[in-house]
Amino acid sequence: MNLAYRDIRHNLGRFLLTCFGLSLLLGVVLSMIGIYRGLVEDALTLVRTPAVDVWVVESGTRGPFAESSRIPGDTREAIARLHGVTAAGSVTYQSVETLLGGKKLRLYVVGYEPGRPGGPDRIVAGRPIARSHYEMIADRRSGLALGDRVELGRNPFTVVGLTEGQVSSGGDPAVYLTLLDSQELQFELAPPAARRELARGSGPAGTDIVNAVIARVSPNIAPEHVADAARRWKHLSTMTQDGQETILTRSVVERARKQIGLFTALLLIVSAVIIALILYTMTMDKLREIATLKLIGAPDRTIIGLILQQALAMGVIGFGFGALLIRSVKDYFPRRVVLQPEDGLALAVAVLLVCILSSALGVRLALKVDPATALGG
Amino acid sequence: MEEAGRKVPLVELRHVSKHFGTGEARVDALRDVSLEVHPGQVVALLGPSGSGKTTLLNVIGCIVEPSSGWVGLDGEVVYDGRWLRSDLRKLRLEAIGFIFQFHNLLPFLDSTENVSVVLELAGYDAAQARRRAVELLDYLEVGHRRNAMPANLSGGEAQRVAIARALANHPRIILADEPTAALDSQRAGIVMDLLRKVATEQQAAILAVTHDEKIFDRFDFIFHLRDGRLENDHAETGRTRS
Repeated sequence: MNLAYRDIRHNLGRFLLTCFGLSLLLGVVLSMIGIYRGLVEDALTLVRTPAVDVWVVESGTRGPFAESSRIPGDTREAIARLHGVTAAGSVTYQSVETLLGGKKLRLYVVGYEPGRPGGPDRIVAGRPIARSHYEMIADRRSGLALGDRVELGRNPFTVVGLTEGQVSSGGDPAVYLTLLDSQELQFELAPPAARRELARGSGPAGTDIVNAVIARVSPNIAPEHVADAARRWKHLSTMTQDGQETILTRSVVERARKQIGLFTALLLIVSAVIIALILYTMTMDKLREIATLKLIGAPDRTIIGLILQQALAMGVIGFGFGALLIRSVKDYFPRRVVLQPEDGLALAVAVLLVCILSSALGVRLALKVDPATALGG
Repeated sequence: MEEAGRKVPLVELRHVSKHFGTGEARVDALRDVSLEVHPGQVVALLGPSGSGKTTLLNVIGCIVEPSSGWVGLDGEVVYDGRWLRSDLRKLRLEAIGFIFQFHNLLPFLDSTENVSVVLELAGYDAAQARRRAVELLDYLEVGHRRNAMPANLSGGEAQRVAIARALANHPRIILADEPTAALDSQRAGIVMDLLRKVATEQQAAILAVTHDEKIFDRFDFIFHLRDGRLENDHAETGRTRS
C-alpha cells in the first residue's frame, strides 16, 4: 500500500497548491537559465549571421562588438585579394534610438553591402534591399511591419523585408541598411558641425569608414592563415569566427552571465530551503500518524518512504508545472528565453536531489518520533 | 501453553522497575512490578494519574525499556536486564495489537485500508490483506462502513475499526489505552463485549488501562497501581475479581 499516495489523495487540494507555489519558484529558476541562454544566443546571432571565417578590425582593438573599431572603407579590397579569401564585405554596427508612433524605439543598425557577406541570412517576409538608399530590413521584434517608414538620422527609411530572431547582445532588434546609408548615419556630421569644420579650414569629413571587414575563406585554407596574413601585412587586428564568438561570450556578456548564474544559484538555494520547510511542516502535521505507524510495527523504511515519495512527487509536479508555465509565457518576456532540453534535464535532476536532501530534515524528525506518543503517554 | 506442568502466561512480568532521570530528578514510574495475564483473560490496569499505568503498558508493548526486571511475552523472554530481541517493532507487528483512546486511525486511509495496512506491513499481499480486513470489519459488525474515511465514522464505529486493526495479525496480546473513554455507556458495553469475544475465541490476553467505572464488571481482574507499585499483584495475592 502506497501511504504517500493516499496521504496526498486525502489532502489533494493543499498538496496541489503547495506544488503550484513550488512550480512558480522553479519556473523562475528555469526562466533565469533560459534568459542566460538567450543572452548568449542573442550575442552570437549577429556574429553568426554573415557566416564568415575571419573578422578584420582596427589595429589594437577587439571590435566591432567588444570595442569601437574604425577602418578605411577600402580595406575590403585589400582583404579580398589575400590568398584563400573567397568573399569579403564591409560592415558597420551601431545602436540608434528613434520614435515610432510617439513611442521610443531602440534599434541595432547593421550596414552591409548587398551581394557581399554581412546581410541577413534569411528574410521571412518581403524582399531584400534592392535600392541603394533608404530601404531597410527589420527584425520582427522591432514591431515594424512591411511598408512602415522610420526616421533614422535625417532620412526616412521604408521597411521592405523582415527577419526573425536578429537581435544585438543587448537585446535590441536589428535593422539592415545599405553600407552607404549606415555610413552616412554613423559618420556624417550634422550640418552645423560640418559648417564649423569647413570654417576651421578642414576639408569635408570623409564617411568611407567601416567598423569591420568580414571574409569567407576557402575550405582548403585555415582561417588562421588568412588572419595572420592580414595582421602581418595590413597592420590590422584580425580574429577568426571562433575568436570573435569567444570574445562575445567571455567578455561582452560575461558579467551578465555571472550575475544570472549567481541569481540562479541563489534561487536554487531558496528553493531548497522552501522545499525543506514544506516537507518539515508536512511531517509535523503527521507526527501522530507516524507514531501510530511505529507503534503498530511499521519499519523505518515505510516511514522514510512516505516522506521521500511525497518530496519527490512534490518536486516532479512542481517542476512539471513550472516548466509548462515558462514554456507558455516565455515569448512574452522582454528578452529572449531559450529553453534547452539539457538545461531542463539538469534542473530536474537538481530539483530531485534538492528534494531528497531537503526531506532529510523531515525524515530525521519522523525517526525521532516516540511511538509512545500514540498512546498519549 | 503448558511448561513443565505450569500454564504459561501470555504476559509475564517479574520484578520490573522503571525510572526516568537520575539524582534528585529521578522519578520511579514502576517499582518491582510482577504480574501474569493468561490466554482468554481480560484485565484492567487502574490507578490515579501518574501511577505508572501508561508506562506499564509501554513496557509490555516493548516501547519503553525497563530499568530492571524480566519480561516474557507469549512464552518468549524478551527482556532480562536488556532487550533480548533487536526487532521489537516486528515483535509488536506480529504479536501485539494496540487499541487507543481516540482510535488513532490513519486519517488518509479508509476503514478497510486502516486494517489492511497492518497486514501488508506483515507481508500479506494487497488482495489477501483486503480480504482479511473486510472479514474482520464484518466480524466487528462495521463491514457496511468499509469504504468510509475515519472522519466520517462515529466514535463507536471508529473504535471498532481500530479493534479490527488491532486484531488483524492474530495477535495473542492486545493492549488497550482507555478503549471506551470516548464512548457512551451503551457503545462502551459493545466494545467490551467485542474484546471479551476476541479473548475467548482467539485465546488472547487483553490488558486495558481504564478509568471507566461503568465497565469495571467486564474484567476478569483489575490491577491497581499506585506510585508505580502494583497493590494487588495477582502472582502473590491470587486473582481479584472486582
